[in-house]
Amino acid sequence: MTHALPVIFMAIMGIALFAYVVLDGYDLGIGLLLPFADGHEKDEMIAAIGPFWDANETWLVLGIGVLLIAFPVAHGLVLTALYLPVTLMLIGLILRGVSFDFRVKAAATQKRMWNRAFAAGSLLAAVAQGWMLGSYVTGLTPSPVGRYFAALIAATLPALYVVLGAGWLLLKTDGPLFDKALRFGRRAMLPMGLALLAISIATPLVSPTIAARWFALPNFIGLLPIPLTSLIAFAAVYWVLGRPDVARGGYAWIVMAGTTLLCLMATIGLAYSLYPYVVLDRLTIWQAAADTRSLRFVFAGVVLVLPFTIAYTVFVYRVFWGRAAGLSYGDGSH
Amino acid sequence: MTSFDAVTLARLQFALNIGFHILFPAITIGLAWLLLYFRIRFTRTGNVAWEYAYYFWVRIFALTFAVGVVSGVTMSFQFGTNWPGFIERAGNITGPLLGYEVLTAFFIEATFLAIMLFGKERVSNRVHLTSAALVALGTTLSAFWILSLNSWMQTPQGYEIADGRFFAADWLAVIFNPSFPYRLAHMLVASLLTSSFLIAGVSASRVVRGVDGPATALVLRTGVRLAAVLAPLQLVIGDLHGLNTLAHQPAKIAAIEALWQSGPGAPFTVLGWPDEGQGRTRFALEIPRAASLVLTHDPDGAVQGLDAFPGAHPPVAPLFFAFRIMVGLGLAMIAVAWYLAWAGRGGRSLPRSGLRVLSWMTFSGWVATLAGWVVTEMGRQPWLVYGLLRTAEVAAPHPPATIALTLTAYALLYACLLVAYVLTLRHLGTKPAASLRMLGQPAPGGRSP
Repeated sequence: MTHALPVIFMAIMGIALFAYVVLDGYDLGIGLLLPFADGHEKDEMIAAIGPFWDANETWLVLGIGVLLIAFPVAHGLVLTALYLPVTLMLIGLILRGVSFDFRVKAAATQKRMWNRAFAAGSLLAAVAQGWMLGSYVTGLTPSPVGRYFAALIAATLPALYVVLGAGWLLLKTDGPLFDKALRFGRRAMLPMGLALLAISIATPLVSPTIAARWFALPNFIGLLPIPLTSLIAFAAVYWVLGRPDVARGGYAWIVMAGTTLLCLMATIGLAYSLYPYVVLDRLTIWQAAADTRSLRFVFAGVVLVLPFTIAYTVFVYRVFWGRAAGLSYGDGSH
Repeated sequence: MTSFDAVTLARLQFALNIGFHILFPAITIGLAWLLLYFRIRFTRTGNVAWEYAYYFWVRIFALTFAVGVVSGVTMSFQFGTNWPGFIERAGNITGPLLGYEVLTAFFIEATFLAIMLFGKERVSNRVHLTSAALVALGTTLSAFWILSLNSWMQTPQGYEIADGRFFAADWLAVIFNPSFPYRLAHMLVASLLTSSFLIAGVSASRVVRGVDGPATALVLRTGVRLAAVLAPLQLVIGDLHGLNTLAHQPAKIAAIEALWQSGPGAPFTVLGWPDEGQGRTRFALEIPRAASLVLTHDPDGAVQGLDAFPGAHPPVAPLFFAFRIMVGLGLAMIAVAWYLAWAGRGGRSLPRSGLRVLSWMTFSGWVATLAGWVVTEMGRQPWLVYGLLRTAEVAAPHPPATIALTLTAYALLYACLLVAYVLTLRHLGTKPAASLRMLGQPAPGGRSP
């Protein structure tokens, strides 16, 4: 149990962060696309994420919470090293989160300002997350290479969110916005591919031990399904985005599903690379782990609560399934 | 000196974040239960005015909740960015308590709030009612866990220390530590009181401006009556909490009362200007022996002064003033709530002057709550975990300039958001009431989130 618990918590953290990237990824992507839509479309786009964004962002709190709970030493090390990007991301998330409500509740004259704040906040959060991810996978060392790499991911990771956002819009809207989503999604595919490729090859490049683990012969063949699945998913998404007739013919879901699959493959690949380190080549999950008594206490909670969390999350997605056009507050002024 | 400056800046930054953050849960914890009450009244009576009140306030709840969430996320990161030593050394205790907050509260609140906001045409009233109940339960569970953690930092127990790190020996003792029941009750009532004055204050200004709608009177009466019950109750709970503090954190009480010297027959200082440099209170208005009487129930009882805690007591003036602001506001709340509850007996309409005072007191709960948190959190200093771990020991070694930069950014952002929040509430509160019939139809302008 002492040996297994840190591994289990690493898995929970990975699942939470994967869920965050996909779920809040489409929220942030829609924020990035907001400036390219006209007034009415903006309302439609935000209605498409209104019921979900809050819970989506909670996966980040869970991910960072697991880092804090299970790997206290790593929590301090990682977040202290990422002080500035973390601060920028938080400011971005704050702006994005409050603009959701302010844009419809503040006086109508302020709506434009809050729309801008929504887009700016989404961009800031997306870029900062790219910066953090880039620094993290190169081992948090302040070398010039690490910095260039972080800048590359910061510049390209938002493209992944754009594709996710476009994929979500394809499920939740129709009309001109549907066509716009196809166009923007397709344009973002290339930088997204670059981001995912760079993240995948970074760890073997930085660490010879990881390179050996990937490219030694029996392993390499066993691992081949990861890049192959990624390639197929990428091609499928690109194909659907380029064929409005196919997308309208009931296959629009492939964009969201394919991109999610891509993120899953990237997560699995990264997990294989990093394991057993929580900070690359510096701190293993057992060195960073909290006391077993604490892990056991939380694990009981996870086992009891998480199934319910997933069940009611699915329930709410079903309640709000389908096109978003009808979503509105029951209005009231008393 | 440089490291001291960095710690001071980091403390300022955390104080700013936590002070900004608490304003919003202080409303949502209480308002969630009020929304459930509105919904239950609507379900029971079929009176659409209650549903009206529900939708008016659920919009304000959502706005408040959003600001609370984003400022709360910030705090979960700041433990690592600014106070890595806290998590490294006390993470075995603090981590699980925070973890249970995320697991049992955050997802429930965020998920079911969506149904409260957008579920009108998609779920049955029973599901809607259940969602409102789950959101209220979620906000309260969130308060439960975070106050348990905060109370453990104030009155730690159930732990072992090895190699400078804390380990949990008994989880029940950790969770139900000595100050927890008092702090939880004090905060839950504070939140209900804050939201009572908020709903009553906004409703009162609607009446004064002549933009009141069909539910304004109902909401106004609910707020005033609830406040009339809770404000005196809060005084009693606060007093019990104070006695608990005296037993466990006497230095905090000494600073609150500006008691410089230990001894029998200590006077109570009503007002004055505590001068920590000279170790005395200037312009003191004192009641002889009253502090001894209140704290020990004996006019000649001996009490510990600040001299008993050299180098380990909190700053005196902020605690002295914050405590008096909190208690003063509490007394004003009792007076206003009782007067208006009496004036409105048997459905009488309230006097205009009373409504004006009530509208000025819309955010009185914020000021009192903030003052209360200054007392309890600054009162914990210089300790992070009382008596065991000093705040200065756990700070991250960032250059002061870096922290000054981020502190400035947060301060600017929060100032803008606070102004925007209050202006938006004013905007929503002074918009002329829409027709009741709109309840059955989509909002004008169609799809607003």
